[in-house]
Formats: sequence, structure tokens, C-alpha cells
Amino acid sequence: MTVIETTGASPGLDCGGEARRGAKAMTSWQTNRATRDGRISAGAVLARGKIVEARDATRLLEAVIRPGDRVCLEGDNQKQADLLSRALLAADLSRINDLHMVQSGVVLPEHLDLFDRGVAKRLDYAYSGPQSARIARMLFGGKIELGAVHTYLELFARYFIDLTPQVALIAAVSADRDGNLYTGPNTEDTPTVVEATAFKDGIVIAQVNDIVETVPRVDIPADRVHFIVKSGKPFFVEPLFTRDPAAITEGQILTAMLAIKGIYAPYGVQRLNHGIGFSTAAIELLLPTFGERLGLKGRIATHFALNPHPALIPAIETGWVRQIHSFGSEVGMDDYIRARSDVYFTGPDGSLRSNRAFCQTAGLYACDMFIGSTLQIDLQGNSSTVTTSRIAGFGGAPNMGADARGRRHPSEPWLKAGAEADPDGATLMRRGRKLVVQIGETFGDKNVPLFVERLDALELAEKLNLELAPIMIYGDDVTHIVTEEGVANLLLCRTAQEREQAIRGVAGYTDVGRRRDHSMVAHLRERGVIRRPEDLGINPLDADRSQLAARSIKDLVRWSGGLYAPPSKFRNW
Amino acid sequence: MEGLKFAHSVRTRAGGTRQSAIVGVVASGNLEVLVERVLPDAECAIDIKTAAVGFGEVWTAVVGDFVERYSPGGLRFSINDGGARPDTVSLRLAQAVRSIAENGQ
Repeated sequence: MTVIETTGASPGLDCGGEARRGAKAMTSWQTNRATRDGRISAGAVLARGKIVEARDATRLLEAVIRPGDRVCLEGDNQKQADLLSRALLAADLSRINDLHMVQSGVVLPEHLDLFDRGVAKRLDYAYSGPQSARIARMLFGGKIELGAVHTYLELFARYFIDLTPQVALIAAVSADRDGNLYTGPNTEDTPTVVEATAFKDGIVIAQVNDIVETVPRVDIPADRVHFIVKSGKPFFVEPLFTRDPAAITEGQILTAMLAIKGIYAPYGVQRLNHGIGFSTAAIELLLPTFGERLGLKGRIATHFALNPHPALIPAIETGWVRQIHSFGSEVGMDDYIRARSDVYFTGPDGSLRSNRAFCQTAGLYACDMFIGSTLQIDLQGNSSTVTTSRIAGFGGAPNMGADARGRRHPSEPWLKAGAEADPDGATLMRRGRKLVVQIGETFGDKNVPLFVERLDALELAEKLNLELAPIMIYGDDVTHIVTEEGVANLLLCRTAQEREQAIRGVAGYTDVGRRRDHSMVAHLRERGVIRRPEDLGINPLDADRSQLAARSIKDLVRWSGGLYAPPSKFRNW
Repeated sequence: MEGLKFAHSVRTRAGGTRQSAIVGVVASGNLEVLVERVLPDAECAIDIKTAAVGFGEVWTAVVGDFVERYSPGGLRFSINDGGARPDTVSLRLAQAVRSIAENGQ
């Protein structure tokens, strides 16, 4: 047996007794604990028990946080510690400055105002959707020292190794007087952030919507929470995963039909993750109609790592979906989830329990397919959502859209994909492959082509002197590309040239597509590397909206038996 | 606005007996196609008025592929384009052929 972990827990083990006593006299092994206790004492002056009034939030932060601290200001994919963001922004710069923010989501304007004001200086993050344009300007303007843009799981991992927060500012639905927290359906990142902070001598401050006698369930135990601030209004949650079926185009429906018949069916994909775009929403809405007619019920799309997408309601109601584990929740889905506990993970209180770290792990190791859209794909299949004016970050896509090299359990789709990639390999020694599918239309918003000769991410990396271009999914992880032109199976490509032509072959009328080698593309089609709609028995003229199980948000409400309560911006009745 | 005209010789006449049909809508990112059975059987004409200027090369490719695939002999297509994407154009043209290929007036 090999010892692979060593520990510094026994200083001076080999030394004589005198030397050991000497070392003990000079070295303290509990300075962090002492510092933590000092911070708690400084904050306690403002607290009754653990509870601090909202008006004292800035003073609390000034008492507890030190210049240069690593701070996790809970900005998740959805849930935002907005009160604590504003409180931190108002801090006296002589007391708090040059913070190193380590948070998964940079979502609120205040998150970036911190850097403009000088409260914070350095940033390590994962996702910045709504702030993507401003974060790009600030990076170019030198306002932010960028550590790296991570995938969620990668940033969470670093919380436990080299980016452990000294202070975590988190958000929960309610707290009891001891400090037990109920995070509600949007638990998201909270357990991970608290684990890394509280167990490494850090301070955890929670903003809560309410203080109650007894919390509905304990998501975070009280001894990991040091201060509680009651917010005047509920924390902000962004409805990120609601796609209005009324906005789904015929092109997206065609692309979705190609994916179902050209990938889900032949591989028998049962365990998967969907991206949040309209193409995958179309797939969700085609399962009970097109999928049903193909006889695929029970054979595909039964187990998901997925947020509670409203577009999946018809497939759930028709018995397609057996189980869903979620990263976070979705606005308006609470009652529906509560009533469908056979499908979702729920707590003893009946509401959803989400957990981003566990769900990302599930997406990486227990799913056979990731399918999602992107903004740019190059000739090797590398993809990125970064353009020179927008840095949206990655979220979870690079994690779920990657082959898990540590995976050891077999499954039909994984083994089939592995065999396609390496047909001559020895069966018992051949790794399987995760199906990593990029789906999209050849032209996106404002006729911007999906396919490019060179990713904008490279130009950005050069301009910002980054050591690594922000690639969302590397080409060698991508197995299929689906557009309205057909399905390109990159597993079957044997040379870089074949791969390039397979990609050009589904790139339609973009410059990349029009520069294809017609004879080579025809040859790839004969080999089944490229499959056109007609090769799959799909008539593009059948791709119309009557195929969708729901054609509006109101249809989704009907499917849910009135349990889905869409946010007002999606109501037009 | 930009005007583009294409004339192609085709192998066969489009099926059906309808004299005209209209598909699509004039809207941003969409297009309206009026198709009329008014030409000799071996000819096809496509007239385009488009809001997006400078995409002649793409139109040439889209129209060429469409004519090759559907052989729409005897048909004149008049397009009002609101800057639709090429895949939408292809779809609307195919829908126009299907529409006029139906029997009736």
C-alpha cells in the first residue's frame, strides 16, 4: 500500500524532547481560530444573540471583514445576497478595501460596483450572465484583477484548497433564533460555501427574509452561522430557466427533432442534462408528441440533472420523466415540485432541495449526455460564449460538457460512443465516452453566424494577456453538433480534416459552411458522419409549432393543473 | 432596401394546380413569399426585396440549393424579406412549393 497523503499534524515527531518543546513555544497552530474569535467578538457588539439589525449591516461587515480578505458574497446562478451586497458596497474604504471576491455568480450591478469603488480588487468567478458586457469593460479598463473564470465545480473545489473564504455572506429564506437556516427551494451553493468557510475558521453571515420560531427544515445547522441579518424584502431570484414556448421557432423545432431521432434514440440516452436554450426547450416539448410517435417513451430522457424547467412539465405529466435532481429552483415552480415529489428531490417540509455542487457532480459522473447551445464554434469544434465585448462566464457547461475521465461504470450510450471513437480498441479496456452535444441554429440573433474560423475568445485572451483563452467546451470533448442542416457525429471522424469538413458540412450558409469541400462532405454523409434531415426520415416541412406539447406559458400552466405559477413577465393573459 | 433577381432553368414543372399561394409574414427576422404559376414549365424566377443589404452571395447560394432540390418549374417567387436567416428563407421557399403543389385554385 502506498501512502498518498501526508500530514503536518505531528510537528517535530523525530526531534528530541527539547527541540519539540522549543517549537511549541514559538509556533501557534491556532492563529486562524483566534482571528475568527476576534472577528466574532467585534461583530457581537452589534448583535443580540446572532441577530443584527439591517441598518447595522454595514457596521457589522466593517467590524468583521479585514482589508485583503477573501470574501464569498453569495451570488449563485439564481439566488442573490442582495442586502449584504449593498451593505458591503457602503463600507468605509479605510476599513474594508482590496477584497478578493470568490463567488460563483457576478450577477448584480453591486457586485461590480464593489470594484469600481475599490472595496474589492481581485475576482475569481464562474458566471456573469447579466453583467457580461460591463465585466468585459472593467477587465479591459483594469478595474478588476482577474484570477480565472471557472466552472462551478472547479470554483467550489478551490474553496477547499486555495480559495477558502475568510468571510461568507450568504442568503437564506428563514432562520430561527439559534441560527439554523432554511434555504428553501434555492439552496444552490449555500451548503458548499458554508462548509468551506465555517470549517476553516471563517465567518458566516446570513441575510434572511424572516426570523421564525422553528425553521421548516434545517438546511444549514446553527453552529456554522455566526450572524444573521433580517432583510426587509425577500432576496432576489432570477427566473433564468423559463423559456416561453411561444418564442420557439420552426428552425429550433427541426433541430430538436434531429437531435431526438439522430442522437437520443440511437444511443438510448436516459440520463442527461439539458442546457437552457430554446433548442433544448423544444426537445422537452417534443418528447410527448414527436418522441411518443417514435415509441421512445421510457427508452430516453428518464433521469435528469436539471433545474425545474417549466418546459419539461408536459413530459413529466405524460410519464416520461422518472427523476430530476436540481442545481437550483425556478421561480413559479414551487407548488408544482411539491406536488410531484416522486420526480423531484424534496425535504421533510415538502419543498425542493437543490444543491449545485452535488448536481454538477451528478451531471459530470452520472449523466451520459450533455446537450446545450453556445455562441461560437470553430473548425475544431471548440466552443465559447465569450465574445470581445461580452464575458458571460461558463456556469456549469464546461463541467457537464466534458468527458469524466474518472468514470468507471458502464452504460449503453457511454459504451457505444466509446466504440465509435475507437472501433479497433479492446472491448474490455476501451473507455466509454460521454455524449457532448452542441445544438444550435447556424445563424443566431441578428444573423450572427454560430460557426467561425477563429473564436473571439482568442482575441480576448491576447488583449487581456490571459494565459488561457476562455474556451467553454474543448473540441476534443464535443461528440456531436446539431443544426437545422443535420447532425455531425465527430466520434466517427478519423482525421482533423474530416472533423473540419464534418463541422463545415452542418454549418449551412455561414462563411464556414459555404467554404466546405463538397465532395468530402458528400463522402462523410455516405459514411453517416453527417446525417441530413432526409437521412433521418424527417421532412423539414413537418417542423411546425403544432408539434409542441405546449405552445405558450398558459399551456404549461394548464398541463400543470394550475400548479405552475409563472412570474408576471411571462404572463400575457 | 435591396432588390435581387434570380432566373433559373429547371428540369421539371412544379406539381399541383393551384395558381398562387402566400406563406410567411413580413416581420423582423421573417419573410413573406408569394408564389405564382405564371412562367413556362422550364423556368423559375425569384425576385427579392430585402431589408438586409449586402447578402447577395448568401441569397445566390440559398436560391441555387432550393432550385436544385425542388425543381420549381413554372413558378415565380416574390419575396418580401425582413432580414430572415438563410434557414428561415429555405423553409419558407419549401413551404411555398408545398402550398402551391396542392390541388385547387
